[in-house]
Amino acid sequence: MIAAVFDSIPAMIVLTGVLVGLSGALLGSFLVLRGSAMLTDAISHSIVLGIILVWLATSQLSGPVQVVGAGLAGLATVILSEVLGRSRLVRMDAAIGLVFPAMFALGVLLISLYARDVHIDVETVLLGEIGFVWLHTVPLWGAEVPVTVLTLSAMLAINLAFVLALWKELKLSIFDPGLAAALGLAPVAVGYGLLALTSATAVAAFDAVGAVLFIAFVIVPPATAFLLTRRLAVMVVLAAAVAVVSVLSGYQLARLWDVSIAGMMATMTGVFFAAALVAAPADGLLAQALRRRTQRLDADCAALVAHLATHAGTPAMAEESTMRALVDHLRWPDARARAVVLRGLDRGLIRRDGSGLVLSPKGDAMARALLAG
Amino acid sequence: MADSALHEPGLALHVEDLTVAYRDAPVLWDIDLDIPPGVMAAVVGPNGAGKSTLIKAVLGLVRPVAGHVRLFGRRCGDVRRRVGYVPQRSSVDWDFPASVRDVVTMGLYGEVGWLRRPGRSHRARAMAALEQVGMQDYAERQISQLSGGQQQRVFLARALVQEADIYFLDEPMAGVDAPTEAAIVGLLKGLCDAGRTIVVVHHDLQTVTRYFDWLVLLNRRVIAQGPVAGTYTAANLRATYGGQVVLLDAAEG
Repeated sequence: MIAAVFDSIPAMIVLTGVLVGLSGALLGSFLVLRGSAMLTDAISHSIVLGIILVWLATSQLSGPVQVVGAGLAGLATVILSEVLGRSRLVRMDAAIGLVFPAMFALGVLLISLYARDVHIDVETVLLGEIGFVWLHTVPLWGAEVPVTVLTLSAMLAINLAFVLALWKELKLSIFDPGLAAALGLAPVAVGYGLLALTSATAVAAFDAVGAVLFIAFVIVPPATAFLLTRRLAVMVVLAAAVAVVSVLSGYQLARLWDVSIAGMMATMTGVFFAAALVAAPADGLLAQALRRRTQRLDADCAALVAHLATHAGTPAMAEESTMRALVDHLRWPDARARAVVLRGLDRGLIRRDGSGLVLSPKGDAMARALLAG
Repeated sequence: MADSALHEPGLALHVEDLTVAYRDAPVLWDIDLDIPPGVMAAVVGPNGAGKSTLIKAVLGLVRPVAGHVRLFGRRCGDVRRRVGYVPQRSSVDWDFPASVRDVVTMGLYGEVGWLRRPGRSHRARAMAALEQVGMQDYAERQISQLSGGQQQRVFLARALVQEADIYFLDEPMAGVDAPTEAAIVGLLKGLCDAGRTIVVVHHDLQTVTRYFDWLVLLNRRVIAQGPVAGTYTAANLRATYGGQVVLLDAAEG
């Protein structure tokens, strides 16, 4: 049965995607909160140099040696960027932008010089080829298991252990590094641990999704989850869910339209982000627009109540309280005046009195409070 | 002097010859500072005087160029459990996904220790601290939904829960409403009455004599220090602020 799963190419492709997505969501939730999205971008590019250097030194394109060795290149980018940024000769974001393209370019140059004949080429470096993960397998418990699946499973286990064990340390060192340091919880070391695992995971995921698409899996699902919740544990779980659903739907659509599988999976993370951006219940654009509309209506309502109260009991009341007056005197367009009156009626602030409007007792109380304050 | 030996154990805070520089430019020059236990002390000075830097250097968050710091006669690293710290409210991102109770529990993370989770007793203590600042009803609220005054109360509760012997607070009264300010001062005075030492970076000269009994005037150097009555003088304030300040009731002080 197990062998059947590992023999199924689609199952292996989807499993690879899920493993990348889960690792990405776990680490990415903390990276996004830490404001390290750009640093992730830098890491995933500069590991290219690490990968080619490790390959030149050991002829290995995967396995623990490569994960650690190439992972160090990612960490080197972080350290170099911080050294350059701390010199204050360039800004921090520029420092990151200066270091990683140089390392990436050097990696690409080395590939074109020394690795023309092996399967590693520039396109694979950027996008990976998740469709071919099943080509390179090792026997395990009587099944042929893709090496990438093994490496990614190991990374996921390490990432999960790291996040669970250091949950509160990660939380405090991101929220308030000063207090973390004052309590002796070494926020700098915790931060480097997180970035080191990000580097190692980027290397492990490299075969499958490449350097560029890896960022999508680390940043987009957590950013989506952040729009939907303000609870850290819920955010991590939601990010993982978005990643898994993106992988599953991305695979189906890629098959349907015969397009790049990893590309479609990453696109789906973007689709879910866009959906959350528009429709998130509390912070989404729709919710914000609705809230603004309600606020404007209520402000208009207050103006109407004040207007009616000012003229209440005066000879001009009969004229001032008509719909006509709202349009002519308050200078509200027809539709807006109607919407305000409807809102006032809904809230029980005003009622109809022949052709005019009068304040209800509730509206009267509101007017007194408004005009007094 | 051996590292383990106590140095000035009779003082809550003892700072000697402390110089702190950010990239070669000294921010604090040769600070000598003593604060006895059980006082409520204000650190006052103009913007850029190095008030926050002084606190960070005392807590070991920035590395000094020279000098040393002792808390109750010991190095800061040896008395972490006895030291409470309330950074400036603006120093953290209040959009961070955490509840009020989460943030207060963070004060106990040092005590909980590496790799361990806060337990029931820790949560109970966090609730008790929230009650002290009148925020118990907000325990489950997300911190992104708090007002400025509520944020400050939460930060204060996070320090209270540490049950420290000396507290350092960086501008706890900045940008809070009058009731919150009164509540904060009341709580700090209560701690002080219970024998704790309070060190507050403060920005409002008018309230110094009302709130505090010890005063440190700072402008890159220590201009004056001691009990408020003898330190809050027109001459000292002028020396600290270089005449830019309207000296309200300094003469009375």
